[in-house]
Amino acid sequence: MTTDVVGRRRAAPPSGARRLLSRHWYAWAMTAPVVIVTLVLVGYPLLRGVYLSLTDATEANMGRTIGMNVIPSTYEFVGLANYADILTSSTFVARLTWTVVWTIVCVVLHVGIGLGMAMLLNRPMRLRSLYRVLLVLPWAVPAFVSAFIWRYLLNGEFGVVNAMLRAVGFGGISWLDDPFWAKVSVIACNVWLGVPFMMLALLGGLQSIPRELHEAAEVDGATPWQRFRHITVPGLRPVSSTVVLLGTIWTFNQFPVIFLLTKGGPGGATEILVTYAYRQAFEGIRDYSGSAAWGLVILALLVVLAGVYRRALKQQGEAW
Amino acid sequence: MSRAVHRTRDSRSPAKSVALHLTLIAASVVSVFPVAWLVLTSLKPRQVIETASVGLFEQPTLANYTQVLGQTKFLTWAANSVIVSLATAVLGVLLSATTGYAVSRFRFPGFRSVMWMLLITQMFPVAILIVPIYNLMAGLGLINQFPGLVVAYLTSTVPFCAWMMKGYFDTVPVTIDEAGRVDGLTPFGTFWRLILPLAKPGLAVAAFYSFLTAWAEVAYATAFMTGDERYTLAVGLSQFVGQHKAEWGLLTAASVLIAIPAAAVFLLVQRHLVTGLTAGATKA
Repeated sequence: MTTDVVGRRRAAPPSGARRLLSRHWYAWAMTAPVVIVTLVLVGYPLLRGVYLSLTDATEANMGRTIGMNVIPSTYEFVGLANYADILTSSTFVARLTWTVVWTIVCVVLHVGIGLGMAMLLNRPMRLRSLYRVLLVLPWAVPAFVSAFIWRYLLNGEFGVVNAMLRAVGFGGISWLDDPFWAKVSVIACNVWLGVPFMMLALLGGLQSIPRELHEAAEVDGATPWQRFRHITVPGLRPVSSTVVLLGTIWTFNQFPVIFLLTKGGPGGATEILVTYAYRQAFEGIRDYSGSAAWGLVILALLVVLAGVYRRALKQQGEAW
Repeated sequence: MSRAVHRTRDSRSPAKSVALHLTLIAASVVSVFPVAWLVLTSLKPRQVIETASVGLFEQPTLANYTQVLGQTKFLTWAANSVIVSLATAVLGVLLSATTGYAVSRFRFPGFRSVMWMLLITQMFPVAILIVPIYNLMAGLGLINQFPGLVVAYLTSTVPFCAWMMKGYFDTVPVTIDEAGRVDGLTPFGTFWRLILPLAKPGLAVAAFYSFLTAWAEVAYATAFMTGDERYTLAVGLSQFVGQHKAEWGLLTAASVLIAIPAAAVFLLVQRHLVTGLTAGATKA
């Protein structure tokens, strides 16, 4: 910053733009790669997506080149018709409801189980590092592999889960073919996948809480519940607010589990917004405009979430 | 500290101790069982897999593995996945490192917009960009080409890497920058010669995370890669369990081959991953 002071003293008061440039050009130059990449790779497709969402473009009327023949696009501008269709459709309400249920149930279970495991691991005992490795394993396996594993475990005919149920005298359940059980299945798979991250993040948070606080409270006669409520929970807040929001976004956008485990079925029962929009774009007659509109509706929902996130950050004093 | 530890351990009653270990053992079983079952299944011949019996070992054989390696395109798909993931990781880190540093150190006009941009692009659902990018790539003839897929992955990894590296640079003391400036280094010189070498672990984590993202991505890969010579593993594996026939033997053997190296590397670096993802939060 010393250079700025020198520069300002030497030159006659330069114009505002010049001064800004000389002060900040380093910062701007250093952010340029990401800004340019984002504008080109995200901004342009986004604008194009917005445009497509206002048309009736499908695979059939989209311009394309077949061999030598260039077929021009014949889709037309239809204004907000796609949005009106979506927001008034029963599909939207059904998909949104299930997506919200799916997100909340998964995140609550992730955080609840993750916190429980973290608290169990956050105490001295034998075999602690072994437990830690075993409990982290689901996160270490790539998600698409896990989805396939679960598809086999839950297979109605030769899946091991049904085999175990039958062995203890229950009938088998058609896990992936019954609307209700399919929902239970995708949630179970996603919870299995997501708990380790929460557990590790919260364990890190627990370890950053000074032990003296717990000891002092114990000396003062606080019950375990009081210690949890008034020391552990507030102490975890910086970590937990971050991971809850990360977890919410990840779960909301969780594509592989749904797509690979149930394909959104049976009959669309487990279809979340993201998989639904994807299938519109790439299955059957590809509905590019409808899918783009769905994508923008989903983005709008997530931007609302970002506002909440920013407010949470602000409360922690990270103002920007 | 250590006295406190001993006191806690001694003060726990045997019954409590048993309950603690039983809970953790139960949780570990739930966590390990699906993976263990995958390994066991991959060792069974086809006729055993497709029965309702639940034996642990039945006629163990490596036939599934030899078939996956010898008679399917598994190795091609694995190579494709490595190429795409490596390119994504290297490009992602190269493009985003300076930005991570700039938003960590400087306050400049446009700072807030850049932060917002980084945050919001991270949240983009796959559904929003996939159609326009698909159409663009189709126009450029990049469908079924690796560069097309890498470009698609960069849309999410570049902002994410910048965000993650900001968190890492925040943990490097500003006094180091100041010392560099006093010694006459330019801001870029400070970054390049002092901070970057210190931030190598952070760069490694960001690169690794980008690698994992590309490695496990399903939606873009399924839509963009149309020929089975170009499939990545995530797409290739779906071919084993189609609508009409399911080759569970091949699927499980291939899954084991993918999961073991992935899990081994992952378990080595996971401690750094969690720190990287929550860096901003734990520091506060």
